[in-house]
Amino acid sequence: MQELSLNVLDIAQNSVRAGASLVRITLDEDREKETLMISVADDGCGMTEEQVKSVTNPFFTTRTTRKVGLGIPFFKMAAEATGGSLTIHSTPGKGTETRAFFHTGHIDMLPVGNMAETVEMLITMNPDMDFLYVHSVGNEQFTLDTREIKAVLEDVPINSPEVASFIKETLAEGEAAL
Amino acid sequence: MKSLEELKAIRDRARVSVHLRKENSPDSIRVVVGMATCGIAAGARPVLAAFTEEVNKRGLQNVMVTQTGCIGLCQYEPIVEVYQPDGKVTTYVKMTPDKVGRIVTEHLVNGSVVDEYTIGSIGNLK
Repeated sequence: MQELSLNVLDIAQNSVRAGASLVRITLDEDREKETLMISVADDGCGMTEEQVKSVTNPFFTTRTTRKVGLGIPFFKMAAEATGGSLTIHSTPGKGTETRAFFHTGHIDMLPVGNMAETVEMLITMNPDMDFLYVHSVGNEQFTLDTREIKAVLEDVPINSPEVASFIKETLAEGEAAL
Repeated sequence: MKSLEELKAIRDRARVSVHLRKENSPDSIRVVVGMATCGIAAGARPVLAAFTEEVNKRGLQNVMVTQTGCIGLCQYEPIVEVYQPDGKVTTYVKMTPDKVGRIVTEHLVNGSVVDEYTIGSIGNLK
């Protein structure tokens, strides 16, 4: 992965497959301490303790199309390359949180990249799910909550072209202001 | 956040066009982009974004852009499959956002497959 926003998109696909109805994506940056925390938390089917232990192993997957599962290992590698770490908390039936911690001043730190496009794609491709995106940089914060948007939209689908452009622009402006 | 007032106006405009859309009808074309780890790492996100934007820009009411997981041909990602209402399936491989415009114009609008981007045009299929 060339940028962390792609890892976030990939990890969030696990939440989609877990049948989640709400996915919270949080980025918390501290530019003075040069740290970044990224969290993807869902209310999907969760995993057993055994599965949680296995998912960082690239040769573990529940899929049957092939024998490798590289999403979590890639994300873990990106965090550990900066001296950071990755942790997973999961409860069967309740959900999963994948949390990665980065030292942004490290020479092997990947750029965060285009978070706006990641969040936009997740929202428009999964209109039945809700996403809460919170990106904080120090005291500044940008939040986008699809539950608020859907409350205004009523019967209009969140992925209709007009609404999708609104979400795209909102994300671009929000990210640029940080 | 941009204003919710603005969103309300968009909602009212969109409501008019929503019932014109035929996305889930049997005569719609489905564009499916592979978005598993392999696809994403190979550059599927900008390809998906380009399809969504191009289809919306042209107001193609009968085209549905969607995503899928890994189809087991990771070395050819980003992969895009086009499902036509007549049952015909076309597999485009090693996609880039630059290739999207031609596929939308020639295939989705005019019904003629862009052969040089398809999996069949790649020599040794191993």
